[in-house]
Amino acid sequence: MSSPDGTAPPDRPDGTAAGQEEPKIEDLVHEDAGPTPRFEDLAEEHAEHEAELSAEVMTESGPEPAAADPAVAATGTAVATEPGKKMELGPVGHLGDRLFSAFARGSGGLVVLIVAFVGIFLLALAIPALADDKSSFLFSRIWEPGGDQPRFGIAAMFYTTVVSSIIAMLIAVPVAIGVALFITYYAPKRLAQPVAYAVDLLAAVPSIIYGLWGILFFAPILLPVINGLSDALGWIPLFEKPPGDNVGVVFTASVVLAIMILPVVTAISREIFAQTPIAHREGALALGATKWEMIRMSVLPYGRSGVVSASMLGLGRALGETVAVLIILSVPNGNDPWNSSIFAGGETFASKIANNAAEFDSPEKTGAYIAAGLVLFVVTFLVNSAARIIVDRSGPGGRRPRRKRGAGVAQGASS
Amino acid sequence: MTAIAENKPAYDGQALDLTGKSGARAFKNTLATVLIVLAFVIAMIPLLWILGTVISKGYHLLLSADWWSQSQRGITVRREGGGAYHAIMGTLIMSLITALIAVPIAVLGAVYLVEYGKGTRAARVVSFMIDILTGVPSIVAALFIYAVWITIFGFNRVGFAVSLSLVLLMLPVVLRSTEEMLKLVPDELREASYALGVPKWKTIMKVVVPTAFGGIVTGVMLGLARVMGETAPLLILVGYSKNINLNPFNGFMGALPTMINQDRTELALQPAADRVWAAALTLILLVLVLNVLARLVARFSAIKSK
Repeated sequence: MSSPDGTAPPDRPDGTAAGQEEPKIEDLVHEDAGPTPRFEDLAEEHAEHEAELSAEVMTESGPEPAAADPAVAATGTAVATEPGKKMELGPVGHLGDRLFSAFARGSGGLVVLIVAFVGIFLLALAIPALADDKSSFLFSRIWEPGGDQPRFGIAAMFYTTVVSSIIAMLIAVPVAIGVALFITYYAPKRLAQPVAYAVDLLAAVPSIIYGLWGILFFAPILLPVINGLSDALGWIPLFEKPPGDNVGVVFTASVVLAIMILPVVTAISREIFAQTPIAHREGALALGATKWEMIRMSVLPYGRSGVVSASMLGLGRALGETVAVLIILSVPNGNDPWNSSIFAGGETFASKIANNAAEFDSPEKTGAYIAAGLVLFVVTFLVNSAARIIVDRSGPGGRRPRRKRGAGVAQGASS
Repeated sequence: MTAIAENKPAYDGQALDLTGKSGARAFKNTLATVLIVLAFVIAMIPLLWILGTVISKGYHLLLSADWWSQSQRGITVRREGGGAYHAIMGTLIMSLITALIAVPIAVLGAVYLVEYGKGTRAARVVSFMIDILTGVPSIVAALFIYAVWITIFGFNRVGFAVSLSLVLLMLPVVLRSTEEMLKLVPDELREASYALGVPKWKTIMKVVVPTAFGGIVTGVMLGLARVMGETAPLLILVGYSKNINLNPFNGFMGALPTMINQDRTELALQPAADRVWAAALTLILLVLVLNVLARLVARFSAIKSK
């Protein structure tokens, strides 16, 4: 799982310093040992070059030689005192290093390329189809790609995708916060780890099984909830229930999506909550706070940005979920027309694309679906970037942003 | 610190509360406790319910040898019999190819982030892109491969295309967990190796990666578990075949998710329903076994910090 501490700011200056120090030492060592392929001689080589070597380190490492110098010097003397000992150092030289470093850098670059290619290729194939589109791509609800007069727009899909995902997030986040607090502060210590595993197992259930279970077993018990909500709030169009007892509706999909994103939101919230400084917690308790007051005053404020970004990541998952939604949502048709209510059927980007995979027979039609996929990619990209930026801007705790900005400036100056 | 932590309940209790709890505060505290425990119970219900449903409806087919050795060739939805061999093999083959492509890239990418690019702007860009890749929906990955493999290159819908799209989903999972593990390798080990004159690449291959090996295996297993259950790429990039096809470069291929998808509209017919739930149970078993194995490997190979 991607953890929010992937970009932990305080480590960075130290990390950078260490990173700069390391290559220097070994580069020096190799430069001296490099030309000789006979490794048995290496020890003598070291002894011969010892003085020269440490002098070089002195000059090159500049203002802080203390870190690098003793290590190299110590190696030199240690090797020199045991000249008879055979060492297997492997091929010394820069070719292996260069190759390996190139592979590693290439793999890093490949990741960037892949993400760029996803955007570029989808865009390249979507543009011709979009150019032929006879209706507004962004604002039309019609979907009739292909033919002489292709007319297609994403308004309905966009609406269903966003509404279902936001409802899923609204349901999942409070429960996830509760579960995360249970694991970190309420569960007996022996129980906490198994409980965390069990929640993670929710993420291991394949989405097609969520879909089947959702429509066959879960949806029927949701029907009373749907009826109750629409009776109470039916005057709002969003909650207006169309006639009939259709359970394959946006609301059902949202609840199932909520279950599916629960493990993601829980895992990240849990990590953040556990990092709350013990001084904050015990300070609150020492002032006479109840356990809940302690959590409200110290844990929740500390973990707020983490929970927000976890929710965004969960939202991103919900936006792109395909098969569970495909199975649960009933597709609007003549008898059951499209309706903005959450108690009506609909199609999300993902479910529409998957549902019509058989229609990918002409480039025009495929282009229309790829355009829809591109919009989904852009939306999830924005949501995930937002989550990432929230984490980076404000680490756990309320005061971090200012300190972080200071650290950033110092780092910029040093590099 | 531990001593304080052990004393914690004492602070919490009535006896030490010098200000005295008002009824409202005590009530709120109890209410919060109840709600938090309730949240946990709510979260556990679907897990147990799903597992219970799938196991009770699917287990009996799994007990027959045919399930593990026969395909669905020539078997219609109304007929009983046949097995899931074609689908299990299809799922395993596609996942294996995915792993073969994704794991080297992921491990080298993590090596780049931890050993070469640490703290540089380029590494931050790569790291950001990995986060984005983590969030790419499976359907978008599938469409991307469709665009490249079928629309641009004009190849057919085959199992290998599915593997390629699954690579996009597995790569970030393995890369992130490998990165976390490499970060845990103590710098002393690297320095000791450098001090002996071992080149950096050998240090990484012989010291750093072996030390983190258990964690990398865990990441690979979790990544495999994620891609095995993916259905969307299968729907778009390969057709479902009831016959045994072990060639990922030619023809349609069975897979457990598409086997479920194939018969899910025929659940009124008992033989089809049995097969759907049995395939679902087989898939859950595969994924859960991988998950549990991953946890065990993680537990028994954790890097011991001093």
